[in-house]
Amino acid sequence: MSAPATHALTGQGAARAQTGLPAGAQAPAPALAALARRPLFPPAAWAGLLAATAALALLPLLNLAFAPGHPLHVSAYAVALLGKFMCYALAALALDLVWGYAGILSLGHGLFFALGGYAHGMYLMRAIGRDGVYGSDLPDFMVFLDWKAYPWYWSFTDHFWYAMLLVVAVPGALAFVFGYFAFRSRIKGVYFSIITQALTFAAMLLFFRNDTGFGGNNGFTDFKRILGFDITAPGTRAALYWATLAALAGFLVLARAVTQSKLGRVLTAIRDSESRLRFIGYEPLGFKLFVWTLSAVMCGIAGALYVPQVGIINPGEMSTETSIEMVIWVATGGRGTLVGPIVGAGAVNGLKTWFTSVFPEFWLYALGLIFVLSTLFLPQGLVGLARRLAARRGKEA
Amino acid sequence: MRNAALVLFLRGLALALLLAAPARASGLDAALLARLAGSDTAARLAAISALGELADPRAAQVLQALGDGKLAAAPGGRMLIDTGNGRAVDAATGEETALPPDADGVIVNNRLRRAISAALAGSRLFSEDPAQRLAAAQRLAQDGDPARLPAIARALAAERSDRVRAALEIAQASLELKSADPAVRRHAVELLGRTDNAAFRPALAAMAAQRPDGSYGEPDPAVRAAAESALRGIDRHLATVEWMGNLFYGLSLGSILLLAALGLAITFGLMGVINMAHGELLMIGAYVAYVVQLLFRRYVPGWMDWYVIAALPAAFVVAAAVGMALERTVIRWLYGRPLETLLATWGISLILMQGVRSLFGAQNVEVANPSWMSGGVTVLGGLVLTYNRLAIIAFALLVVFFVWLLLNHTRLGLFVRAITQNRRMADCVGVPTGRVDMLAFGLGSGIAGLAGVALSQLGNVGPDLGRGYLVDSFMVVVLGGVGQLAGTVVAAMGLGGVNKFLEPYAGAVMAKITILVLIILFVQKRPQGLFAPRGRSAE
Repeated sequence: MSAPATHALTGQGAARAQTGLPAGAQAPAPALAALARRPLFPPAAWAGLLAATAALALLPLLNLAFAPGHPLHVSAYAVALLGKFMCYALAALALDLVWGYAGILSLGHGLFFALGGYAHGMYLMRAIGRDGVYGSDLPDFMVFLDWKAYPWYWSFTDHFWYAMLLVVAVPGALAFVFGYFAFRSRIKGVYFSIITQALTFAAMLLFFRNDTGFGGNNGFTDFKRILGFDITAPGTRAALYWATLAALAGFLVLARAVTQSKLGRVLTAIRDSESRLRFIGYEPLGFKLFVWTLSAVMCGIAGALYVPQVGIINPGEMSTETSIEMVIWVATGGRGTLVGPIVGAGAVNGLKTWFTSVFPEFWLYALGLIFVLSTLFLPQGLVGLARRLAARRGKEA
Repeated sequence: MRNAALVLFLRGLALALLLAAPARASGLDAALLARLAGSDTAARLAAISALGELADPRAAQVLQALGDGKLAAAPGGRMLIDTGNGRAVDAATGEETALPPDADGVIVNNRLRRAISAALAGSRLFSEDPAQRLAAAQRLAQDGDPARLPAIARALAAERSDRVRAALEIAQASLELKSADPAVRRHAVELLGRTDNAAFRPALAAMAAQRPDGSYGEPDPAVRAAAESALRGIDRHLATVEWMGNLFYGLSLGSILLLAALGLAITFGLMGVINMAHGELLMIGAYVAYVVQLLFRRYVPGWMDWYVIAALPAAFVVAAAVGMALERTVIRWLYGRPLETLLATWGISLILMQGVRSLFGAQNVEVANPSWMSGGVTVLGGLVLTYNRLAIIAFALLVVFFVWLLLNHTRLGLFVRAITQNRRMADCVGVPTGRVDMLAFGLGSGIAGLAGVALSQLGNVGPDLGRGYLVDSFMVVVLGGVGQLAGTVVAAMGLGGVNKFLEPYAGAVMAKITILVLIILFVQKRPQGLFAPRGRSAE
């Protein structure tokens, strides 16, 4: 249904797909030299990546080292905001991996994000200990519901590393099972998007229930400490920020490695023409399932990093709106570019922060316009636009 | 001349009869009345109870006056009903007199008041108003005193209205339950069992239940067996009512889903485009109903009852115009990119939602049911079928019929079906696909507008009305498959029914979650929906 059009979108993706021959047993003939495997990033990109990471890493230091009022001081608010944006960027990166490279549009990544957040939130809730309003061993909402003990699925969540395992395992397992059945039945395109949306919606309804045992409407909040450190202390916040930055940079490199590999080229082929790939003799199920699960895990980790920094997780993160907003970060930045979603997440959320503080009633207009204009006029997003401008300047020069 | 004389004569006769009426009816014993004002409470209670058993509408009047503190005892033992302004009516004869200044108001305490209220129920059995008689009979059935049985028997003998007779029989039976004679009790139990009325279930259950000491609520085994069988009968009836209720609400929900999803199914089938702004088109339809209602209220208040009818074409036109504009300006440019279309239409939905919020405010607006749509009809003695739901079921069927007519018996419908099956081939043989796309999109949007008017009659109308139906209508389309009207109808009705039948067992939220999970599982088996197109067009 969408095969011809996606070609147009993914010029560089298609070009990359042609470089898919392995530099294997026989030495490449001169004509095939162009097909030899390229380095992970060109040197300039490596330099840019390192510079950006270093610059971002510096911000919390500036916040800690300089007193407020000093010209080099960076406010705690700005650090917290950037930390949050980087979590969003990681989620967008995860989404780009499936949408930009495998052509699977998920309208349910908010679910994986929230599941990671809830998994971490369970640990954070138990780390509150008896400092809650009711002074009980149980979280306040359980006391409120008159529960006497933790439900079974809360077992061991007082151990940080077990919670971290859940952060990875729960979204991963759900994505694996769901993806296995969906891809096996060859559900794709719009159908897949709608089904993921239904899944998220069902999960949101489930988590809204008090009986589910995740705090219902209010979710988890009022965290006090993480691994024994005060969660509101600037030092802890800086550490969380650096962890997020490290995760983002690390996953960017990983995603690049995946998309540059043979597997990545098969994924691109799936996106551009799944039926042809099938005719050649590939079974797309495993490839799709791998990238889908990887993406869900990344999203879960993003959610887990998000919760301690923002201080709350509730079922609203699973709403349809949240998941679609994630998609627009990718679309605005440029799908299939990996860097684009990171830029897009920052740009859209930066705009959102600005609008909601200055013209709150116009934000939805702006967001709506971003959706319409970026799909109509920026098929490759901001990154695509920058590349086009650069190419034009190169031609003129 | 003679005629005029006759009329005059007749009029005089009628007047005479009218004046004579109170005098004829006065059968109240003055001695009995006098006891009401005595100081012996037991005697007063007996008098009240005796009044309650009199088959005389005036007895009720006296009791009412006593309860209201309007009864006065004049010197000489006459009882007067104070009618205000210093006038009074003689309680025994009904004659109008002046209220003597030395008349004492009769004071009643709470104990008397209770007796009065019970006696009133008995005495109202003989009221001239059938509604009052019915109410009195129903009240006696709920908490009557076996002492009223003779009064009920007398009322039954005199009663003509079938409804009141039935109510009286039930009252009689429920009082007979307390009788000492097993045969009477058994008769009563059998009669109550036939009523299928849940109100008697506790009384019957208490008879059938075993007490902790091993004895039964009802000592006689035959009566107990009858009570058990009556209980079963009532339970069976209740189950039927519940089942019918689920069916009705399922049908109602199904017809709403059908209306909401029908437009979506057309556009999705035709263009492979999921219109995320579809919910907002519903919302626009509902707001059109609101605006039309305002216009009617201001300019033709006499026609308020028919504003819904006028809102239908208006909503269709407005929603269709918005839809066609959408198609022309955005969707047209994204053909072949269904996922991007999804995002762009989502953006449009945000803009439309915020636009409505700016125009009408973020609060819900009030859309009233016209009088012919409020209320409902009670069937099976307990199930209320509300008129607005009935009207929407009928409306949904009507819309489906017209869409079917349009798709199968017009040129446009032929084109739409051709494009749905194979766009390129249709284009090749000369179908103006661009124009048909626009018209079909307008049609789908217009149907959404109609659905919006229907929704405005059921629930709140607010800017996010559409959001609530978005996922549901997608589910209908996914389940039903595209290109088949029947698929949409079956899917919508099925979803509505399954939802309502699950709700009593699982609760509303879990029912919804179960359905979503079931659909996800179903789509694994049949990715193209219930009614998938076969052959080459199936990709």
